[in-house]
Amino acid sequence: MNPKNIMRSLSTPLIVIGAAALVASIALLLAGHNPLSAFSAMLDNLSSADNLVTVVNYASRYYVMGVAVAFGFKMNLFNIGTNGQYQVAALFAGALGGWLRLPGPINLVLILIVAVGVGSIWAVIPGVLMVTRKVNIVVGTIMMNGIAAGLIGYLLRTNFRDANDRLTAHTPTIPENSRIPQLNSVLKVFGIQLPDTTSLHGFFVIAVMVGILFYVVVYRSRFGFDLLASGRNANAARVSGVHPKTMVIRTMALSGGLAGLAGMSVLLCQQFEYGDRFPLQLGFAGISVALLGRNSPIGIVFAATAIAAIEQGARGLVTANIPQEIGQIVQGTLLVVAVIMYELANRRNQTRMIKESALALTIEKSAV
Amino acid sequence: MSLIRQLSNKSRNMTGMTALIAGLGVMSVLSLARIIAHAPDLTSSGTFGGAIGLATPVAMAGIAGLLSERAGVVNIGLQGMMVLGTWGGGYFGWHYGPWGALLGGAAFGALGGALHALNTIKFGVDHAISGVAINLLAPGVTRFLSSIFFQGVEGGSLTDSPPVGNLGKLTMPFLAGGRIGNFSTPDIFGYLERRQFFLISDVSGLFGGFLRDIATETVLLLSLIPLTAYVLWRTPFGLRLRSSGEKPSAADSLGVNVVRIRWIALIASGSVAGLGGAWLVINIGKYQQGQEGLRGFLGLAAVIFGNWKPFGVFLGALLFQFTESLRMQLGDDPSRAFVFAVAIGLALFAVFQIFRKSKKVGFVLLPASFLIFLYVINADRIDDKLSSTFPFLITLLVLVFSSSRLRPPASIGLPWSRGKDS
Repeated sequence: MNPKNIMRSLSTPLIVIGAAALVASIALLLAGHNPLSAFSAMLDNLSSADNLVTVVNYASRYYVMGVAVAFGFKMNLFNIGTNGQYQVAALFAGALGGWLRLPGPINLVLILIVAVGVGSIWAVIPGVLMVTRKVNIVVGTIMMNGIAAGLIGYLLRTNFRDANDRLTAHTPTIPENSRIPQLNSVLKVFGIQLPDTTSLHGFFVIAVMVGILFYVVVYRSRFGFDLLASGRNANAARVSGVHPKTMVIRTMALSGGLAGLAGMSVLLCQQFEYGDRFPLQLGFAGISVALLGRNSPIGIVFAATAIAAIEQGARGLVTANIPQEIGQIVQGTLLVVAVIMYELANRRNQTRMIKESALALTIEKSAV
Repeated sequence: MSLIRQLSNKSRNMTGMTALIAGLGVMSVLSLARIIAHAPDLTSSGTFGGAIGLATPVAMAGIAGLLSERAGVVNIGLQGMMVLGTWGGGYFGWHYGPWGALLGGAAFGALGGALHALNTIKFGVDHAISGVAINLLAPGVTRFLSSIFFQGVEGGSLTDSPPVGNLGKLTMPFLAGGRIGNFSTPDIFGYLERRQFFLISDVSGLFGGFLRDIATETVLLLSLIPLTAYVLWRTPFGLRLRSSGEKPSAADSLGVNVVRIRWIALIASGSVAGLGGAWLVINIGKYQQGQEGLRGFLGLAAVIFGNWKPFGVFLGALLFQFTESLRMQLGDDPSRAFVFAVAIGLALFAVFQIFRKSKKVGFVLLPASFLIFLYVINADRIDDKLSSTFPFLITLLVLVFSSSRLRPPASIGLPWSRGKDS
């Protein structure tokens, strides 16, 4: 890679971050706060070990969800339905895990399988509708989100009301031996001592594995080759023997399964039950992470970490008496600017490629 | 030639007569159900009136979606624009009353529409991606604004605005018993409704619901539906807008400024979605975080259900919210509402089928829907959460079973820039 290329690939993220910081600063100034003190308060809240561990925990969650969405994007399938998929998956997995109470590890594996399976099924339904009835995948997954929201509300209310507090509802608590173990003891080996209140979620390991799997499957396997080919030029892929319908179903199954898995970071590492307190927007966060990370295995790492860090940093604004909602503005602006910048970069690349191939063609002709 | 045929689209329209017969068919089914299940509330003016009110914000989201999709831009960001509209409605309503809420909601929604236009038209970002980005951005922006303007103010908080006031209600004289000055007039529809005739009382309930005690903002916003239909199908501007969504290159070659048309369409789309948000603010009396629910997405569903036509969109919104209204009327017996609504949808669909293509499907489904009405008498309690899935289910069903009948704008969602053929 020559320096010019490095500059070019670095400039986009820098512009994106700069623009987000600018918008946030303007918003803060308008609200009568000093942007510099806000940013330093955010940084302050990221300096301690336990806060960094929290960032890693959330980043792992966002990473897996981001990969779920990115799998779809790789073949131009926009799975907006991850939000419904992970919630339905978490409800069923949580209910089963809380009821069955099989011996520890077996229960854990079963919960994970159910989560991935249910997430897959919820995603495959719009996939099937797409290949059989040409239902647009965006529309199909949005409708499935709406159905999921109502269904979950109904199931929680009818079957999982809290015995003491009738106003809340949740699935039975997952027994301690079938949760994903925390990694504090591993950190201790490296000399990092955490306070009892925080723990490094074992889900971090799963996120790393998902990342490796994502890379291997997409860039080092036949399936990945077909996936990328279908995404770049569906007709060419079809002519070369890729079965487009099977690809859609498989990709949606993978995407939904990963979405279901991402929810397990909440269920098996943090809340241990599915209920009213479960995060509601995780699937949409995954979309923004995938877009920010340009669907690349490494890019999504940065994106997920950035989103998690902004969130954690914003929590520190409370002490500085600055509305922590500024964090959401930063995230939103990051996304909007990033989407625009990537599109412009794409366009620039395309023009360059057209120019280069035109040049090559003229050289070829003149040689003849 | 095919473009002209697509735009005129006459042959595929339901004729007025067919629509009337279909409508009467559905009302007959409802009427039978009312008599058999002894549920006068099923077709009461209260139910219909409630449904019209509830349908208004959904219909506005739908009209917003229609405006942008007819111009060729997919608008997933309706939800976010509606969120912006609720906040604008809350803030300006607090300062300038309900009229301010309407204007503020429209203005804030328009900002969302303009951002969507900037992304999709200027920079060529994928329409769905831009929409999702707006949906993610809007709640953050409004929450931040609330923390500045509403928090700490009397009557306000991080999630609520101070009260905005309302615009009062309207009732039609003579037909629904409205007052002219100090004179009360007869309530013809109300009289017919109370007599419990077959069909006549049900139709009276429908009209009574439309004409009695309707909130001013509902009337105002619903008038945008015929207005949209007029502008899009009866004016040169509308023709240009629709041709930008069907075949932008062809429109461009005829001198239509596609870029400008799409900008206008998206800003209009945003402000109509914002108006839907403002309706919620005026109806509830204040801005409340999350008060939009899933209405933006419901609007998207209504666009599909309504086959990208204004009155179809309204019908969809009405059908989607009918369940909710029935649930409110019937109180703690929402089971009926849900099953009724499913049956209504089925009946509607069946009648559509009979009058269009597959008579067989229709003649199987019509008795089926009737059987469901009968089942209602013994129905178990079904949750309102469950019935909230109904609009999404029925839209999926429409997409699955009659997608050949749907005709979305031909160039919807495709990136277009001048000089590039598509």
